[in-house]
Amino acid sequence: MSTQHQKLERNSIRFALAILLVASIGGIVEIAPLFTIENTVEEVEGMRPYTPLELAGRDIYVREGCYACHSQMIRTLRSDVERYGHYSLAAESMYDHPFQWGSKRTGPDLARIGGKYSDAWHVAHLEAPRELVEGSVMPGYAFLSDTRLATGHLPAALKALSRAGVPYTEAQIENAEKDAVWQADFEQNFEGELQESYGAKVQVRDFDGQPGRLTEMDALVAYLQMLGRLAELDTLDPEESSR
Amino acid sequence: MLGRVPLEDTAILCALGLVLLGGLAILGWGVPVPYVLHGWLIALAAGWGVLWMLNRLGDTRAEVPQVYNDRVIRFGVVAALVWAIIGFAVGDILAWQLAFPALNGDMAWTNFGRLRPVHTSGVIFGFGGNALIATSFYVVQRTSRARLASETLPWLVFWGYNLFLVLAASGYPLGITQSKEYAEPEWYADLLLLVVWLGYLALYLKTLARRAEPHIYVANWYYLAFIVVIAMLHTVNNLSVPVSIAYPKSYSLFAGTQDAMTQWWYGHNAVGFLLTAGFLGMLYYFLPKAVNRPVYSYRMSIVGFWGITFLYLWAGSHHLHYTALPDWVQYLGMTMSIILLVPSWASVFNGILTINGAWDKVRTDPAVRFMMVAVLFYGLATFEGSFMAIRSVNSLSHYTDWTVGHVHAGALGWVAFITFGAMYKMVPWVWQREGVYSLKLEAWHFWLALSGTLIYVGAMWNSGITQSLMWQTYDADGAFLYSFLDSVVEMHPYYAARAVGGLLYLIGGCIGAYNIWMTVSGPRKTKTLQAGPISSQPAE
Repeated sequence: MSTQHQKLERNSIRFALAILLVASIGGIVEIAPLFTIENTVEEVEGMRPYTPLELAGRDIYVREGCYACHSQMIRTLRSDVERYGHYSLAAESMYDHPFQWGSKRTGPDLARIGGKYSDAWHVAHLEAPRELVEGSVMPGYAFLSDTRLATGHLPAALKALSRAGVPYTEAQIENAEKDAVWQADFEQNFEGELQESYGAKVQVRDFDGQPGRLTEMDALVAYLQMLGRLAELDTLDPEESSR
Repeated sequence: MLGRVPLEDTAILCALGLVLLGGLAILGWGVPVPYVLHGWLIALAAGWGVLWMLNRLGDTRAEVPQVYNDRVIRFGVVAALVWAIIGFAVGDILAWQLAFPALNGDMAWTNFGRLRPVHTSGVIFGFGGNALIATSFYVVQRTSRARLASETLPWLVFWGYNLFLVLAASGYPLGITQSKEYAEPEWYADLLLLVVWLGYLALYLKTLARRAEPHIYVANWYYLAFIVVIAMLHTVNNLSVPVSIAYPKSYSLFAGTQDAMTQWWYGHNAVGFLLTAGFLGMLYYFLPKAVNRPVYSYRMSIVGFWGITFLYLWAGSHHLHYTALPDWVQYLGMTMSIILLVPSWASVFNGILTINGAWDKVRTDPAVRFMMVAVLFYGLATFEGSFMAIRSVNSLSHYTDWTVGHVHAGALGWVAFITFGAMYKMVPWVWQREGVYSLKLEAWHFWLALSGTLIYVGAMWNSGITQSLMWQTYDADGAFLYSFLDSVVEMHPYYAARAVGGLLYLIGGCIGAYNIWMTVSGPRKTKTLQAGPISSQPAE
């Protein structure tokens, strides 16, 4: 071994290539098949891309670094399932660019937070967490209620996501800005249009308690309220989804 | 006028020109203000670089000195220390925020979520990265008995890398982040780093190519692995689709499960090749030098090196146990993580046994003490890591502070200790001083850092296990005994203790920086050290 290795030690290019070769095997074996083995992401009814408003909310979630304290991944452990709900399916984050599974629970898991609390609770809690939950160590996000939601980039955002593989239609991309405004419309005038475009489960209402104003709080709460509610878990075939 | 421009300079000028164009495009088309400011910063830096290059090309009298290039190393040392203080200080602020949440200030840019990457990038890439660049330049020159193979690349690598760091650390508080752990910088900063990194690789290979020693010394294997593998990881994990040139925002090319696996393949190997391989390179040079003994076993070096290079890349999936990642990848990752203990401990034994015959230095020389303790913490952290990769253990440890404690045992105890040990040796060498300004302060630094680490890690072990047990405790009727909030409230004393531990570590770091500052501003060695060929440590 030593003499062979001594030869290698005499050529820096060859040594660097040997490193690259040896180091790339693990990734090739573990990552590449995830794109080719079909049942890596199981099929489940109900999954759809994010609406523009939900996406804007997700971008805020990403921007604020929420993943540093909140996971979005309910493991198959009993204590996870009983506390947070049905374990997370791969399909449930199939449109998540990037994934936000997280690595630390300083706060609770949020994979199925949607619908557990009212909009008003979320707004009040985000603005001043310890007013509602004494002992919480979460920072306050009152500034989200004061910040108008930027929507100008949304068509380009949807376009970028469609390039990464999210099946947005041309119409959805074109209407992204309008759709975002409509979804938070307190009069819910365009509920039909939105549900036609994004499915029956789209929640249309004023989320932040400030009718007539589209804020970052609207977007974040719209996102939180749909988390974990898309997949039709009762239609799941356990045989099919076991991997 | 310029005559024939060498290939290297042409390539550098092209790269600088591309970066300049990128900066101009960002400042021209960019919409969000912080992003436009970043455009200005990139354009000004690259523009300055272009002028500097052209100026050098015009200067025909420029001669390459026949000595080692230590000036850039000095810059690297200073940058590493500055980032260390920033990174430690922000880390401790975060620790106090968790103990007393009012300290968040509830402003966008002061909240925990935005500040955390300033800490992680500051210490890993700012402190660790600069320390690795500086020491790698030192080691490759000494062990090759050759001057760095370019007069311009070392500076461009140093300044380009630190420009990347400034973009990263100033972007997070302003909301520019990908929120992929330890890969937070957005696409334009990632591209800049890629250019810089390729320059670093080219420089390293060119310098090795002009070596006067027939063999490449073992420390260089590790530095080379660090450079090559980080290039691969950085490129693949940061593949993304930018919204447009007008916005800093991009969307990861991969989604969900595939993105998760790619991210932890990256994340675990940022640990494996930046925080482990790079610093093992440091260990393999500075420890034998400091104790004046050859490396204990050449054979063990080989086994350790290739074992780490092969196995680490398989281990990432242990971050995803019991998740929606397919089980086969989880089990494979767990298995490889356990085997990984073998090459890791080969390095530990190689390090410890190298000290044999010079154990008195552990008592008399605080720098050696730093390095010795670093190896012990490396052994502890790698054992703990393999242990935590076991699925049943992971079901207890994952998502808790135990992970945070584990990371800090490695980062505070191993990475920073070996770095400070190496710095205390290298600073007098590159500045040509008799020795460190004060051995007493060096010892103070050591004891503060050690007690800070022990308090930190001890607090996190306790809080992590408490947390996890509270999440999994049922009463007789099968209902949860504790709400999630109960576990949060229970953490308070541990979080306070951790913040105190971090403060001790920060104070130690400040003392270290002061000591190095005083060393540098002190008198030169009376008999000037000839910066010519120094005999390198053979491996056997």
